[in-house]
Amino acid sequence: MCRTSQSSEPSGDEGVEATDAAFTALLEDSAEELYEQAPCGYLSTLMDGTIAKINSTLLDWLGLDRAEVVGRMRFTDLLTMGGKLYHETHFAPALQMQGGVSGIALDIRTAAGRMPVLVTSKVRTSTDGEPVLIRTTVFDARDRRAYERELLRGRKAAEEARRQAEADRERLQEALAVLQQNLLPAVLPAIPGLEAGCYYHTASPDLLGGDFYDLFPLDCGRWAFFLGDVCGKGPQAAAVTSLTRYTLRAAALHDADPVTVLTTLNTVLHERYRSGDTRYCTAVFGTLELDPAGGHVDVHLASGGHPSTLVQRADGSAGYLPTPGGMLIGVLPRVQFSAARTRLLPGDTLLLYTDGLTEARTGPGREIYGEDALHAFTTGQPPAGPQSLITALSGLLASFGDGLDDDTALLALGIPAPAGATTSVRTT
Amino acid sequence: MDIRRRNNVTVTGRTDGPVLLLAHGFGCDQNMWRLVVPALAEDYRLVLFDYVGSGKSLPAAWSEQRYSSLAGYAQDVLEVCEELDLREVTFVGHSVSAMVGVLAAATAPERFSHLVMIAPSPRYIDDDGYRGGFSAEDIDELLESLESNYLGWSAAMAPAIMGNPERPELGQELTTSFCATDPDMARVFARTTFLSDSRADLKTVTVPTLILECRQDVIAPPEVGAHVRDAIPGSTLVTLDATGHCPQLSAPQATTAAITDFLGTRR
Repeated sequence: MCRTSQSSEPSGDEGVEATDAAFTALLEDSAEELYEQAPCGYLSTLMDGTIAKINSTLLDWLGLDRAEVVGRMRFTDLLTMGGKLYHETHFAPALQMQGGVSGIALDIRTAAGRMPVLVTSKVRTSTDGEPVLIRTTVFDARDRRAYERELLRGRKAAEEARRQAEADRERLQEALAVLQQNLLPAVLPAIPGLEAGCYYHTASPDLLGGDFYDLFPLDCGRWAFFLGDVCGKGPQAAAVTSLTRYTLRAAALHDADPVTVLTTLNTVLHERYRSGDTRYCTAVFGTLELDPAGGHVDVHLASGGHPSTLVQRADGSAGYLPTPGGMLIGVLPRVQFSAARTRLLPGDTLLLYTDGLTEARTGPGREIYGEDALHAFTTGQPPAGPQSLITALSGLLASFGDGLDDDTALLALGIPAPAGATTSVRTT
Repeated sequence: MDIRRRNNVTVTGRTDGPVLLLAHGFGCDQNMWRLVVPALAEDYRLVLFDYVGSGKSLPAAWSEQRYSSLAGYAQDVLEVCEELDLREVTFVGHSVSAMVGVLAAATAPERFSHLVMIAPSPRYIDDDGYRGGFSAEDIDELLESLESNYLGWSAAMAPAIMGNPERPELGQELTTSFCATDPDMARVFARTTFLSDSRADLKTVTVPTLILECRQDVIAPPEVGAHVRDAIPGSTLVTLDATGHCPQLSAPQATTAAITDFLGTRR
């Protein structure tokens, strides 16, 4: 396929002759000719800059006669004023220190105005090392300079865009942080006779989380709490969280019965998101009735599709508070929620959490952590109160590493055990 | 703040000699003094430094605000003097640094005994009845030149050794240091240098002053040298048989001789 035709190929001798002829034609191009008509400008200057020799190419660019230039002008006379300044402050010192500089961008003054060039100079020294003259080549850099201007413009635009993007991102994160703070209480209220602890793990600083919790007073001796999880993340989820939070607070002030409060929330969410994008949440809402004299707290709560609440008892045992059949909040117009009651005694802790905790992936098989593991973990913890349990659980969350990829909220409520009670329980 | 590190201060020469503080101008750094250092070091204690924003100074110490006026550069000079507790200083300033020296001496006259101005100019731009040699547009062109050489800066200003093929390590050194500077800082220094007007400050000079000019200098033409001499009573103007703006490079012996003659310490 690639076989060459032998017949069409000239014999070796003929080939050499033809090449010689071509070279001869080229050799007529004398050294003088090569210098004068070179595709770049050439000039030689004395050490004080006086031009001693210059080629025709450069003279043509300058629009000057040789007689006007040689012995009469200095190299800097060919430059624009800006170029002269640059030459004196940068080019000449570098040349004197180093014996040469290359590829410096300067503009020469021509008959037609100015012409961007790239200049390379080298000092020629005598045999005893004294500098005698400077040889300089001048390349036409019009196209290149135009291209470089484009690059510079592009670079400036990119820098400006980057600055803008950074400022925007900063503003956005600031707004997100303010918004996120509004979705969670800054601090839990201090309630005499009750200890409370909370923790929030944010999966991403750029995304608003959908988990929420709160603890607030109702009336004399009564408090309300809730914890929940809105489906999804980001601004839409945050809007639902905001609506949910204020609805729960307002509904609780009107009628604090947990099933009634969750039913009101369901009505609000369903009405708001009926058309189009369905938004829903899961939540536990409850009330606390403190009885300082009796030393206990009565808990009445209801759950809408939310993982079961866990109670850690003062004797070291733990158990889930079943709320079977509770439905997701906001999906259907009519729903059923199931309620549960329990009494917290000194040393007991009620734990609410979102499924970021129980659905974290663990171990080499990346199995779901699950409610059984949480139950076992809690049973293994000393019943030292809400703060202590929260600290242990935040340590557990940290140990999940990247297996924990969702936002997670924890809220723990309890009555502090009398001093020494914990120890006595553990030794029994 | 470690001033010695910030300004890349170098101390050399005769430890018990009078102090010469050598201050570079716009466009380079203390390397500018290389060719005069060996001879001057025999008689003087030499203190060299780089202004913040030039040479091997600490870039973190730079601020556009401070280095947008010559007073900021004078502050560098005074802080170096304080750090080394220099007294009886002969300030040798090249180009714009001559005016920086005027400002420094006016602020702390107790530290300075002589001024040597090499190719000084108190005002580069022409003004009513004054010829500085440049128009405002010329300065814009220079800023443009800085910009054009921005892209290939390091490669262009510090090429592979051409002058010293037998000393490749020198080439390496030059590649990293000679006149290498941050383009943004260079732009600010250029503006400050060429847009300042220090003519009124010349009359504050009270110490013996030597003005060295080159026979042929585009940046500081002869009128400017005469103006400076006339503005500083008792000053001495010496015209070196040299061309260009940097006699310490193009005529190092003549420059050294003029300084030592003036200070009267020539041996």
